[in-house]
Order: sequence, then structure tokens, then C-alpha cells
Amino acid sequence: MAELSNPGRPETRWQVNAPRVRLHSLLMLWLPAILLVGAILLPLVYLWLRAVQGEQGLFELVLRPSTLRILGNSLGLAASVAFCSALIAVPIAWLTVRTDLPLRRLFSVLTALPLVIPSYIGAYLMVSTLGPRGLVQSWLQPLGVERLPSIYGFPGALVVLTLLTFPYTLLSVRASLLGIDPALEDASRVLGRNRWQTFWRVVFPQLRPGMAAGSLLVVLYTLRDFGAVSIMRFNTFTRAIYIQYQSLIDRSGAAALALVLVLLALGLLAAEWGIRQRGRHYGSSPKAVAPVQVALGRWKWPAMIFCSLVVLLSLLIPAVNLVYWLVRGLGAGEQVGALWAQTWNSFWISAVAALVTMASALPVVVLSVRRPGRLSQVLERSTYLGFAMPGVVIALALVFFGSNFATLIYQTSPLLIFAYLVLFIPQAVGSVRASLLQVHPNLEEAGRSLGRPPLQVFLRVTAPLVRPGLAVGFALVFLTVMKELPATLILSPIGFKTLATSVWSAVSAAYFAQAALPALLLIVVSSVPMAFLILRRDL
Amino acid sequence: MMNKTKISLLFVFFFAFLSACSAAPETDQTLVIYSGRSETLVEPIIELFRQETGADVQVRYGNTAEMAATLLEEGANSPADLFWAQDPGGLGAVAEAGLLADLPEEILSMVPEQFRSPQGNWVGISGRARVVVYNTEAVSPGDLPDDIWGFTDPAWEGRIGWAPTNGSFQVMVTAMRQVWGQERTAEWLEGIQANNPSVYDGNTPIVAAVGAGEVAVGFVNHYYLYRFLAEEGETFGARNYFLPGGGPGSLVMVAGSGILKTSNSRELANQFLAYLLSEQAQVYFTTETFEYPVRPGVSLPSELVPIGQLNPVDIALGDLSDLAGTIELLQATGVLP
Repeated sequence: MAELSNPGRPETRWQVNAPRVRLHSLLMLWLPAILLVGAILLPLVYLWLRAVQGEQGLFELVLRPSTLRILGNSLGLAASVAFCSALIAVPIAWLTVRTDLPLRRLFSVLTALPLVIPSYIGAYLMVSTLGPRGLVQSWLQPLGVERLPSIYGFPGALVVLTLLTFPYTLLSVRASLLGIDPALEDASRVLGRNRWQTFWRVVFPQLRPGMAAGSLLVVLYTLRDFGAVSIMRFNTFTRAIYIQYQSLIDRSGAAALALVLVLLALGLLAAEWGIRQRGRHYGSSPKAVAPVQVALGRWKWPAMIFCSLVVLLSLLIPAVNLVYWLVRGLGAGEQVGALWAQTWNSFWISAVAALVTMASALPVVVLSVRRPGRLSQVLERSTYLGFAMPGVVIALALVFFGSNFATLIYQTSPLLIFAYLVLFIPQAVGSVRASLLQVHPNLEEAGRSLGRPPLQVFLRVTAPLVRPGLAVGFALVFLTVMKELPATLILSPIGFKTLATSVWSAVSAAYFAQAALPALLLIVVSSVPMAFLILRRDL
Repeated sequence: MMNKTKISLLFVFFFAFLSACSAAPETDQTLVIYSGRSETLVEPIIELFRQETGADVQVRYGNTAEMAATLLEEGANSPADLFWAQDPGGLGAVAEAGLLADLPEEILSMVPEQFRSPQGNWVGISGRARVVVYNTEAVSPGDLPDDIWGFTDPAWEGRIGWAPTNGSFQVMVTAMRQVWGQERTAEWLEGIQANNPSVYDGNTPIVAAVGAGEVAVGFVNHYYLYRFLAEEGETFGARNYFLPGGGPGSLVMVAGSGILKTSNSRELANQFLAYLLSEQAQVYFTTETFEYPVRPGVSLPSELVPIGQLNPVDIALGDLSDLAGTIELLQATGVLP
């Protein structure tokens, strides 16, 4: 399959104006990419400084049998969540992009939104719904059901995290589907393959970079999640790190454990790199031909039921539960205040953080795809390390550097936005990269051979072609910044409140009605840019 | 299409820029608080202080451990004037690092010795008691043991909820080690472990679970129940049981506050602490957050059992700073990973 579209000799393409291009790429690509990665790696320096400072034998702590066991727990959970997410995400992506599924635009918007539900809240709502004595049990009480089977432990963590993270895979796969050159499928059909064979032999392989990028995000998210696993009582590595911090005695122990998590992530990144080396897929002229839209026929109803079920579990149940909290509390005389400032803060900081993150990701992505060499690959992989560390680790690292060496920007929005960038840039890198892989370098060469400078070629030729990737990257960063908590609490300008901090503040003091409104707003506000991107057909 | 996008982007950036620039201006009468206590609980009383003094009070809210860790990282460069923590553990960690200033005598003397730091660098602001919360359908108060030791009885197999990662729980275990000694505390932990308790993430999930009947009893701080009663009404299925036998199971501890050495608004910080200890503020805590006052002579709402009747162990909170030893014991007994 890959041979079908591989370019002959990609090396030839930089011969136009070679010295000028080289200087240009040095300034526009290598320099920003190296600076960015240097900044992203600051937290690692911090972790190292803290870890070696400890009095406790670090190797003893790290190599305790219990540490190794929870490491196994973390890995098992991450792999299972990634697998289940893919099972949900690939069909939905295909159904909403390539078929005549009714309400597909609505489904496209709704299935992205679970990403804004903070995992602590998602898990809490799951327990109050499906817990042994939750809402569902109370409906079944008249039938004599006294208690549902326990959802705690691995199954609960798996269900909650899958429902919260499948949009990562979904959106990445969606972007890949949108970038596929439909001509390839036509060719396959003309050559006598049926629709099913065409999907497996032609479409599916092209989805692999998107699936891998999405699944990697799911895996890393699961590894660093704290909220869902602690509600679901499943001991993972990040939970151990939090317990160390919580105990307040030994930041060095927490740092050592976090370094182990980073090592683990390095292993995963290397592994995914191995997988992705296998294939690279270019279409010749994306969107020159309108994609074939599959008529579902009598499969329409099962498809609708599947999509509705996913929306029901991942979004409607939490939302209905929140409305219930709100109504119940208001009925009991609880006061719920206006949230204008929080809503606006959440919106602007997420939008700006997403734009800044996208812009910062571009040089790294372009290098890794268009100049595949050891250095560019290492740079690209390094951007993922921030995502492997729990948010509180990144936040404290930036407290350390900010308060001691950058007092001017400490506790200002630029530093907070930088924290978001470190935390979420892999989401931008992964999705743009998957899209760029589908764009044949010939197109850029053509632009350049017409005498256009590289930046202009990028803006006029490449950017429109990778639009799905840019849109997905923006959406992912935007949605995850909306719900981000530890860095926001620790690094924001003082008095800066977001919807996520309001939810947290109310829930932690058991003010459920007061928590429900910002949580609902979080979902509603996030749906606006999603709807915008999807209705404009960027995504 | 493209133009519309550009315009809307410019729009967002413009307002974002305005928002970024409008970050509060520094005046000389500024008090910066790092609060481990929830905004919902303490913002109203801070607002009252603002109104009465006209001072510019800025608050960073977070969880106590993370705020303490932030203070430790900031060290000498901290912008904070005052740290208001949920439990003595957080204050102890910051005090031990030498970051807290000595408080003036007139503030220390407002609080009984038992509720403040022996070194005189933090004071309790409001009190909370450890209680057992029980499901009213599953258990009647008559079935409950006199003290917390009683829950090691196999009759409680599968019926207990607890939160070993919770700061208040850990302070209670530290008190057990003080009163009972290391071995007996280990025995208690193992006894409860043998009863296969359900582990929750904190006080709120425990009270919710007990109310729903998921477990019969839970070890929590007393004031969470009143929140649930306010939200769900009197039908909520759980009530507090103040252990009549006393002992570490009915420990009374405090949320407290200290002033940082780096503060350059010490006067204002002192004024703020004095305000929190004033009768007006102490009444606020008893009636709005259902906590105990830390100074004598403040009347209690009917829901709260007077501290005198709690038979709390005679232990000063300053003696409960050995959190490290407690964590070690919790790990050795397999309660914590």
C-alpha cells in the first residue's frame, strides 16, 4: 500500500535556492524547535534536582515491590483504556465522516465534549449513577435490587477513563479520515475490491498514524490521571506520587517516582516511534474529489443506537446528574452565584493557550515530517514528556523556576499559558503531524519552485491541506485547558478563577449545587468552538 | 471565511490582552493569602474583612498539600503573606522549613494552648472533630461501639468506609500513636484492615457513600454531614455519631493559619488573624461552616455537640507533627501503597 504513493526521492526537493533555504529553515524551524524543547524539558531538570536531594534511598523507594506492582497496574490500565477507546472511536469517526448517518454533525460535536469533564467529576458522577447504591440502583429498588455489583477497582477506572478519553482517538482518527485522498478508494473499488476490503486494505492503514497519535494521548492521559483512579480506588503510579505529595514530608520521593513515570513514557514513545516508521501515506490531491459517502441503509439504526449510547454514557448521564444536583440544591435553598468572570476566563485562556500551543508545535512537526533525521525525531518525541508527568509536578517545577529565576512573569498569565503548553503540546504535535503526513511534499516543492519563500508556501499550500489536523490540535488543547486544575490553581495570576477551579472548589467542600452550574457551563462553553469547527467543516 | 476567522481571533486576542493587563495593581495595603481551605467556605468571611478594613486582600485557593509544596518551592521569594491551611500537617511542614514568622503574643493569647503551635508560629482558626458517620437504616446509634477501637470487631466486616490518604485521618492516626503507642495503633490499623474496609478518596465521598447505604459507617470530620443535609434535606440517610468513649477517635483538631517570614504586610496580616479570631468571625464558622470555635465563650448551634462533651483526648496539636512516622506506619501495615 505504502509503495502506491511513496515519493521517489524526497532528497531532491531542497535544491532550489539551497543556501537561502537552509538559513531560513535554521531560523524558522530548528531554532524555535530547539528552544521550545529546551523549555519543555525544564521540569525534568527540576525533578532531577529534587530527586537527588532526598535522604531516603531513592532506589529502595523506586524498586519496592509495591512500586513495581502499581507500575504494572498503571500500564495495564493504560493499555486497556487505549484499546477500548479505539473500539469506540474508530466506528464513530467513520460513521460521522463517511456515512449518511442522521444527525452526524450533532454527534460529531457531542462525542468530542466528554474531554472537558474533569476526571474527578466524571468518576464521582459515575459512582453516584452506577455505584452499588447509586441512581440506577434506586430505580431498580422496587424490583428488589438492593445493591449493584461493585464498580470500584479496575473495571470502574477502565469505564470512566475510556468514556473521558475516547475523544482523543476519535478526533485524531477523524482528522486522518478527512485528509484521506478519496481517489485511492476509488482506485481500490475499480480494481474490484468490495467496500469492506477497501476499508481494511486502503482506508484503515491510512488511519494508523491518527490512531497511534490518539492512542498515545490516551495512554499518557491515563498514566498521569489522578482523579478517576482515586475515586475508583485503583492504585496506579500517579496515585502513589500524589500520596507522596500529600504526605508533605518528602518531595524528593515524589520526584523520584515521577522520574520513573517519565522513563516509562520514554519507553512508550520509543515503541510508538517503532510502529510509525512502517508507513507513510500521501494522497496526491486531497479533496480534489469529494469523498464517497456510504449509504448506511438498514444499518442506520444500529449505527444510531451505538452513537447515542456512547453520548448517553459519556455526556448525558453526567449532565443529567449535574442538573439533578442543581435542581435539588436550589430546591433546598442553596445559593448559586453568577459565573461571568469564570466563564470568560476559561474561554480566553483556553483559546489563547490553544493558539500559542499550535503555533509552537508547528516547527517541531514540520521538521519531524519533512526533515526526518535523528535530531528532528528526538525533538518531536521530547515534546511528549510534559504530558507524561502529573500536572502538579509540572506546576511545582514552574513554581521553582518562576519564583526564583523569572519573578517578573511568575503568577502571570504568560507563565500559566506556558504551563499549559508544556502540559498539552503533544496533543497539537500528534494531530498536526498525522495530517501533515498525508500531504505530499510535491505540492510544497511545486510552490517553492514557483519562487515562493518557504513561509509563504507553508501558509498558502500546506496549511490549508492540514486544516483538519490544525483544527483537531486546537480543539484538543482548548478542551483540556478548559478543565485543567493543578497548574491553574498553583500558577494563575492571584484571584484568577476559571470554571474548572469553581467546580473543584465547590465539590471539595461538598457544595454540589454550586459545583453543578460551572460544570454544566464547562460543557456548554466548550461546545461552541467545537460546533464552529465542525460546522465549518474544518473538522 | 478566512477574514471572519481572523477578525474573531483578533477579537479574542484583544480581550485576552485586556484581561491579562487588568491583573490587580499593587497597593501598599495588600494582603496575599494562600488558602488550603475551600473558597466556598472562607470567601464570605474574607469579603467581610475587606469591607470592614478596605484592605486589598487577594487569595490563591488550592489544596493544603499543594499550597504548602508551593510555599516550600518559593522559599524566600514567596509573594504570600499568610498561609491558611486545612489541617495542622500543612502548617507543620511549612513551619518546619522555617518559613513561618513568630506571631505576636496578643494573637497567640486569643487561642487556648491546645489549639496553636507550641513554637508560636501558627494559630488554630476553627475546630473540627473526628466522628463516625453512620447510615440510619443500617445501624442504630445503640449498635455503635463506645470508641473507635470497637470497629476492629469482626461484626464490622465489610461495613466500614475510610480515607487513609486524607490529612485529617492521618492526624488522627498520629494522635493514636501518641495516646496508644505505636504497637497498639498498628493493631488497630490491622484490625480495621481485616474487616475489609472500603477505601474512599476523602470525607465527601465517604459521607455520600454512607448516606446512600453503600457502607454502614465511615470515619470522617464532623462538618461534612451538615453540607449534605443542606443539599439533600432531612431525608439524607446518614447522621453523625460522636463517640462517647472519647480517645483519639474523637480528636478535635483545627484548620489554622500562620504568617510568612517573607511578608511585607505583617501589620495587615496580624489584623486579619485577629479578625478571624474575633467573636464575629468565630460565630460565622459555627453557623455557616458548622465548625467549632477555637476560643471559649462562643455559643454553638444545636447540631454541634459541645467540645466539653466530646471527651477529646488531652493532646496538644503541636504534638501531632510527626506525619512522617504516621505515613511510615500506614505503609508498613499495608494501608497505604
